[in-house]
Amino acid sequence: MGNHSDGSPNHSGTVATAGQNEVEKFQDPGIPPHRLRLADTDPKAAKRAERQVALLFGLSVVGTVIFLVAYFAIDLGEDAGIATIRLQNALLGVGTAFAMLGIGTGIVHWAKALMPDHEVSEERHAIRYEEDRVAAVRIVDDIVEETGIKRRPLIRNTLLGAVALAPLPAIAIFGDLGPRPDEKLAHTMWAPQDGNLKRLARDPDGTPIKASDVTLGSAFHVIPEGLNELHEGKLNEKAKAVVLLMRLDPSSLNPSAGREDWGYNGIVAYSKICTHVGCPVALYEQQTHHLLCPCHQSTFDLTQECKVIFGPASRPLPQLPIAVDDEGYLVATSDFKEPVGPSYWERDMHERSNNS
Amino acid sequence: MSAATTAEPAFVAKTKAGRVTDFVDSRVGGSGILREFGRKVFPDHWSFMFGEVALYSFVILLLSGTFLTFFFDPSMAETHYDGSYVPLKGVEMSVAYSSSLDISFDIRGGLFMRQVHHWAALLFVASIAVHMLRVFFTGAFRKPREMNWVVGSVLLILAMAAGFTGYSLPDDLLSGNGLRIIDGVIKSIPIVGTYISFFLFGGEFPGTAIISRLYMLHILLVPALILLMIVLHLFMVVVHKHTQYPGPGRNDNNVVGYPLGPVYAAKAGGFFFIVFGVLALMAGFFTINPIWNYGPYDPSPVSAGTQPDWYIGFVDGALRLMPGVINGFHFEYVIFGFTLTLNVLLPALVPAGILFTVMFMYPWIERWITKDDREHHVLDRPRNAPTRTAIGMAGFVWYCVMWAAAGSDLIATHFHVSLNDVTYWLRTLFFIGPIIAFIVTKRVALALQRKDREIALHGRETGRIVRLPHGEFIEVHAPLDEYKRYKLVGFESPKVLPAEPNEHGVVTGKEKRRAFLSKWFFEDRVAPATPAELEAAHGHGHAAVEASEDSKSLTH
Amino acid sequence: MKALSQKRRHPLAAVALLLMGLLVMGGLYAVATTVNEAKASTTSYSANDTEEGGKLFAANCATCHGMGASGTQAGPSLVGVGAAAVDFQVGTGRMPMQMNGPQAMEKPAQFNDEQTHQLAAYVASLGAGPAVPEEGLLDEGGDAAAGGELFRTNCAMCHNAAAAGGALTRGKFAPALADVSGKHIYEAMVTGPQNMPVFSDTNITPEGKRDVITFLKQIESTGSPGGADLGSLGPVAEGLFVWVAGLGVIIAFTIWLTSRTS
Repeated sequence: MGNHSDGSPNHSGTVATAGQNEVEKFQDPGIPPHRLRLADTDPKAAKRAERQVALLFGLSVVGTVIFLVAYFAIDLGEDAGIATIRLQNALLGVGTAFAMLGIGTGIVHWAKALMPDHEVSEERHAIRYEEDRVAAVRIVDDIVEETGIKRRPLIRNTLLGAVALAPLPAIAIFGDLGPRPDEKLAHTMWAPQDGNLKRLARDPDGTPIKASDVTLGSAFHVIPEGLNELHEGKLNEKAKAVVLLMRLDPSSLNPSAGREDWGYNGIVAYSKICTHVGCPVALYEQQTHHLLCPCHQSTFDLTQECKVIFGPASRPLPQLPIAVDDEGYLVATSDFKEPVGPSYWERDMHERSNNS
Repeated sequence: MSAATTAEPAFVAKTKAGRVTDFVDSRVGGSGILREFGRKVFPDHWSFMFGEVALYSFVILLLSGTFLTFFFDPSMAETHYDGSYVPLKGVEMSVAYSSSLDISFDIRGGLFMRQVHHWAALLFVASIAVHMLRVFFTGAFRKPREMNWVVGSVLLILAMAAGFTGYSLPDDLLSGNGLRIIDGVIKSIPIVGTYISFFLFGGEFPGTAIISRLYMLHILLVPALILLMIVLHLFMVVVHKHTQYPGPGRNDNNVVGYPLGPVYAAKAGGFFFIVFGVLALMAGFFTINPIWNYGPYDPSPVSAGTQPDWYIGFVDGALRLMPGVINGFHFEYVIFGFTLTLNVLLPALVPAGILFTVMFMYPWIERWITKDDREHHVLDRPRNAPTRTAIGMAGFVWYCVMWAAAGSDLIATHFHVSLNDVTYWLRTLFFIGPIIAFIVTKRVALALQRKDREIALHGRETGRIVRLPHGEFIEVHAPLDEYKRYKLVGFESPKVLPAEPNEHGVVTGKEKRRAFLSKWFFEDRVAPATPAELEAAHGHGHAAVEASEDSKSLTH
Repeated sequence: MKALSQKRRHPLAAVALLLMGLLVMGGLYAVATTVNEAKASTTSYSANDTEEGGKLFAANCATCHGMGASGTQAGPSLVGVGAAAVDFQVGTGRMPMQMNGPQAMEKPAQFNDEQTHQLAAYVASLGAGPAVPEEGLLDEGGDAAAGGELFRTNCAMCHNAAAAGGALTRGKFAPALADVSGKHIYEAMVTGPQNMPVFSDTNITPEGKRDVITFLKQIESTGSPGGADLGSLGPVAEGLFVWVAGLGVIIAFTIWLTSRTS
């Protein structure tokens, strides 16, 4: 920013200096003279405006009729198609619009053309008078004085303490809005049950997937076997367990130490829940091997174990270790080694306890 | 409206309306109120109507929302759809989604009501936003209206809360993913985040409780609070009386306009029907929130273009703009064995926090800088308060950058550019956009002020070119009448207020900072034209026609 | 009649006539060959088709894909991509590519149906791959609801829940699916063009693909019950509309309302 004062060259005397304000300022000329409307002077124009207003009100009646006809004459029976619904919706809209706009524009036109349009000037009153103000302050002072709260600190302090603690029960009852968070967040349905490894199944129909089904360049949306049979908490489990299964050329995968056997023949499975705020990271680009989250555009590189290469996520997608069972079906050899989905305060603690 | 408003003992109302008025008055005593309001003066300007748009949208929301509650069932129990929309027949879904589909396809007028409700909701928040922009840029928040500005800001937040809780109710895929994002953001809060998430959702996400809980908030708590705030807001409008734009005959001691009865009441009342009519047209012809496209909520699928409604967009955009990793530094890290997720926490809280804090505090900030303790009832034209206008525009541009970021994927597909490039550009604009906006706005405002001066002193350009006898071409300038001129010159141009010592004769550090800000505020200023200058300009112009004299004008 | 004769003089009339002729020819050809195709598409190509296709390939495609379609720096090997890939890429105009870019763009097809068929025959002869789908899978007679579920799980994240398209990384995008023929949708699923993953028959069964096509064609033909769909782009389009059109109309009313009548 420039430091010079633009447009007010002091030397030329254009700046009003203190004390001179009243003299130097233009005087308020007052409200401009009232200009008469056509309808004020010409009875014909007034009559015309009157007819226009009546016409607009009449239009409103037409709108109401349109609405009623559309409501009763169009039947949304069993065989009514989308086109019928669209027609009815449009006619209800037209009807209501005419009914409302007719009244609205009619009244406004009436007010503008026929009601008196003299601008009025009204004095503002002070919001409060000096007398009241003094009295009010004195009253408050007196009230405070009569309670003696200043002279009796014991009363004041115990009252403050009591008031401060009183809302605690209210907060406590909110504590039963839900269970306390526990390690459930860190576990998914993929954990082997009774020694049986969970098979990978297609989302949404739940049929198990064979390794041979997964052709090069494929992307399968996967749920754990048995998820669809759950009666309670199905969506809760699904929200943690969904997995994206992809097959690429094994040579383009670069598994780190300890993760070499987490995939099978170029088939790898990663959690579909974004480590940012939990949208499904479901966009798989089969040539670039990038996974993209459609909500906030976090991009993960499959060839680098789903490391974040763009966007707001900070942590790689968790990988699900998979293998093939005797019948050729893909199975999860264990649960995820870390909590899936968005981070939370206890996440690291849960990860450590998962791995211990 | 009747003229018979007083209830003197001997007074007998003669007209029918008068007798009704008298009947009501003698039982509940409304004559004082009517006397106060019946002829109350309201100034007339189109930009004063946005608050009314918001109020009327709210009324329409209550009407259409009541209809919807008769048919909506906020249960998350599982069901199989058996309505008339074929592409979803037999699909497993929640009762909430199923009943929303029934409202759309099987209840006569249900779709229309849903669309009226949703369009009205978008318009409600949009009109509040525009109303607040108007109030800010015209300085209507100044004394005595600071508290009403705060109430209005609370209303904006409540409107957003009402919108968000409603957005989630149909339990479709779009809103479900929106809730999931909220859950992710809540979980990023240190220490208590996981607890809040579990309490809100009644356990793990998504659970079976959230829809009915949001429903209670949406139809009871939030509207009740909004109603309460509206009452407070309007009460204060009555106490303060309306502000008015500067102009001849208008000053801080009067209100110039039309009396409430009948003209203003008719216009304002009629306007309700107009707003309703416009919303009805939109609902009749334009689809909003086609929940049938999205399908039921399921944690596995997601749709491209998953965005919140516009008023939450800026937070979503901030989330998109924040990089998770910069040069190998991960914004998520472990501290004392706990996870701190700054890549979510910072963008979710900081920009919104700054915007709302500055918004709430602004009247007091400006009052402190200017030491202006007078009452203001005449508005500033935005150009006559260049620094304030520039601050407002900087904030607005900052908001818009985040807003645009929420649609980064659509910008990419519709303008055939790379999604990543859009993000890089917007990240840059996030920092420099407000600065550019501030500088440009301030210059434009000052330039407009100079133009006003020019017109006040030399008249308006007529576009008529005249050739003088000696061959010179000039454009004829028509002088202004005194009313039009007063509009251009009747404003205050405050000057820098240097630091003053306090009662102990000490210039405190705080006072120095205030003086610094005052300098920043008022250093660049254009003084209003004075009668003496007009005199000089006329003297100079000499001839009957006012020549455009660039050399003597203030353009540099 | 007058209108018709006027149109005939239109400069595009020749093009239209040519197109009509081609369509008729193509139609006749299609009728003549349906019987063969319906049985087993991969083996239905005549030696003549393959030979003609080979010539077309050498003239138009070999620059990038190499002689014998074995691939070069500029284009991948086409051995084993199958007839479906050729029919999709050439039939939608994506191949031959006009210029290098983030992805091959759809444009008016460069080859007619017969030439496309010949090219497909040639590439199919190089190695086994997905064949052009049978008519029975494209009749839109499947289960729209089941197709909708499959679409939302497997496709909506890129193509949008209403098939309006969406953005991918670095300038790539998933196109909108309105006006794409059922055959091309099917072929895209089995071949995974460009960055789209492959949805082989072991992932989504042929019947499943038929359901998906049924779903897409149904939502496309019925349109939105609520009126204009604003591009089915979701809340961004709605927000833009309320700010521009909604508030715009309201402001126009407020200006009228507060103006003085003459």
